[in-house]
Amino acid sequence: MNPVNYLYLAALLFTIGATGVLIRRNAIVLFMCVELMLNACNLAFVAFSRMHGNLDGQVIAFFTMVVAAAEVVVGLAIIVSVFRARHSASVDDASLMKL
Amino acid sequence: MDNLIALLVAAPLLGAAVLLTGGRRLDKAGHWLGTLLAAVSFVIGLVLFADMLGKSADDRTLHQTLYTWIPVEGFQADIAFQLDQLSMTFVLLITGVGTLIHVYSIGYMEHDERRRRFFGYLNLFVAAMLLLVLADNYLLLYFGWEGVGLASYLLIGFWQHKPSAATAAKKAFLVNRVGDMGLSIAIMLMFTTFGTFAFGPVLDAAAGGDASEGKLTAVALMLLLAACGKSAQVPLQSWLGDAMEGPTPVSALIHAATMVTAGVYLIVRSADIFNAAPDAQLVVTVVGAVTLLFGAIVGCAKDDIKKALAGSTMSQIGYMVLAAGLGPIGYAFAIMHLVTHGFFKAGLFLGAGSVMHGMNDEVDMRKYGGLRKYMPVTFVTFGLGYLAIIGFPGLSGFFSKDKIIEAAFAKGGTEGWILGACALLGAAITAYYMTRVMIMTFFGEKRWQPAPDPDKAASVEPGADAHPGELPHPHESPKSMTLPMILLAVGSVGAGAFFEYAGFVEWLEPVTGFEHGHSPLSAAAVTTATVVVMLLGVGVAYLQYGRRPVPAVAPRGSLLTRAARRDLLQDDFNHVVFVRGGTHLTRSLVYVDHSLVDGVVNGTAASVGGLSGRLRKLQNGYARSYAVSMFGGTAVLIAATLLMRAV
Repeated sequence: MNPVNYLYLAALLFTIGATGVLIRRNAIVLFMCVELMLNACNLAFVAFSRMHGNLDGQVIAFFTMVVAAAEVVVGLAIIVSVFRARHSASVDDASLMKL
Repeated sequence: MDNLIALLVAAPLLGAAVLLTGGRRLDKAGHWLGTLLAAVSFVIGLVLFADMLGKSADDRTLHQTLYTWIPVEGFQADIAFQLDQLSMTFVLLITGVGTLIHVYSIGYMEHDERRRRFFGYLNLFVAAMLLLVLADNYLLLYFGWEGVGLASYLLIGFWQHKPSAATAAKKAFLVNRVGDMGLSIAIMLMFTTFGTFAFGPVLDAAAGGDASEGKLTAVALMLLLAACGKSAQVPLQSWLGDAMEGPTPVSALIHAATMVTAGVYLIVRSADIFNAAPDAQLVVTVVGAVTLLFGAIVGCAKDDIKKALAGSTMSQIGYMVLAAGLGPIGYAFAIMHLVTHGFFKAGLFLGAGSVMHGMNDEVDMRKYGGLRKYMPVTFVTFGLGYLAIIGFPGLSGFFSKDKIIEAAFAKGGTEGWILGACALLGAAITAYYMTRVMIMTFFGEKRWQPAPDPDKAASVEPGADAHPGELPHPHESPKSMTLPMILLAVGSVGAGAFFEYAGFVEWLEPVTGFEHGHSPLSAAAVTTATVVVMLLGVGVAYLQYGRRPVPAVAPRGSLLTRAARRDLLQDDFNHVVFVRGGTHLTRSLVYVDHSLVDGVVNGTAASVGGLSGRLRKLQNGYARSYAVSMFGGTAVLIAATLLMRAV
């Protein structure tokens, strides 16, 4: 199968994730969209690795996964604590710093 | 001997310091202390005078340097004194008349609860005036000059509870500032031209022709401006009439005998500068001639006895300035007239004060009349002063004024004739207005009015034992007041003849220089003319005021009379030109400030504020809008990178 198709899939997933980040308000959904974008990047890395015949892309994909795991831990903790404090998971409500 | 000079100034200065800081415990003895210290100064002056007489004429100048005031590289100001014949004359006049007026004030201010302060100010004045005439450089002279200005301000406004006195003090101070500006500019010009402002080097350089005539003319005109301010000459004359709001001893000492003559001193002291600047000299004579007529005309129309005398002072100083502008033919006569004027005008003012003292502080001559029987001493002393000022043959004014008129004719050419004619006309008007004062005050029927009611008590000088609604009981003043009047009357009678025959001109010659003027008219002709116009003035005044009853309310009078009553519209002129002009100027400056300067500043602030207000809308608090800008930015960066690659 042509590896370019994987790239198309990666672009499609990234676009879906980005659109989700831009239009959704629920923090959990936003978070999942971010994950979607990260994984689209991972897919692109792996596809490029395959296309170019070296392992650099795969190594970076592992790094990304580690970072994503750490981010999930921190991010979910923040979301949970915000939800407890404000009884809402909407990102629009968290605008205390606005003038 | 040299060391005594500083003591001359120090004695009254000590008096001022003690009296002004000593507090109420000195209330009982303050006036004695002040008088004593003024007298001490007079005695020191006499000692120095005796010492000076013992030396040869060219060796009479004493110097004393106390210390260097401002030592800077290339600029040195010393506290140093110079006592020569000219300063000596002034020292004796200031301390002598000053002491007499201190004595007079003891009686005059007896009921004033602020008498101690009054004597403190008087002492301060004497100290500053002595500093002025004893300084050996222009900067120290300027110090004294400002000092007498301050003392004059404080004393004019001594009854500060009267709004008119407070205003008059402010007016005198402001008008004097204009003149003072001239003096400071003159000193700066001297420094840039000669590199120094000590009398010796500056005057030697001016006499030696070290500076261009243009520069010397500029310096001389600035000095003249200063003299105009201090000596109430046209165009800075407007303050003197109002200065009569001060207590009468102040009018006698400061605004008749001494301070107002400081301008004449300045011109005579700077003789070498003026000699080298003939154009400036011409301006000086014109100022003098205009002022002597101006003051005389104002003096004719005033019903307030002190203001009539103030007009007369202005006019007599006009004579002195005229003489000082004539150059070496006039300097000595200017000073001679200054001294004789110091005697008779101080005497006249003290007489006026004595009259007011006896008349519940009434100053309107239309409410006097027939006082000669009630105040014989005042009448006689005032009368002698009157004869002296109109130049009655044999009295002091005759000798000094006659000399000035002769010198004016001797100026030569058309100018000489014009100046001489002005001086003669002035002599006639002087005789007229002084006779008017004399007749309205001491002769004729009584026109006394009841004392003003307490509602208007603000206009009554404190210390007046006035009983509302009663006619005044004119009485002779106490001895402390009549004694100085008698002594001054003696001076008014004898000073002129004494100076004439004791060689006053020769005494001053080493300082001021002297040349005999060559008058187109013989001395006898001038003298005859002077006496004739004087008798003419007296005669006209007698016909107008002596033969007919004086109306208690001033008649409307001719256009000139009405203008003269308003000081020949000087205040109106100042108001229209300077006050209104200044107001317009400031208003337009304020407008420019508001619209242009503030406009730029406020406009910048408003545009920055508007811009940031718009920019602030980007920060809307929605995370996704930030995300959009991040995505957009990233997209633009990537597109740009790719584009660069492609190119």
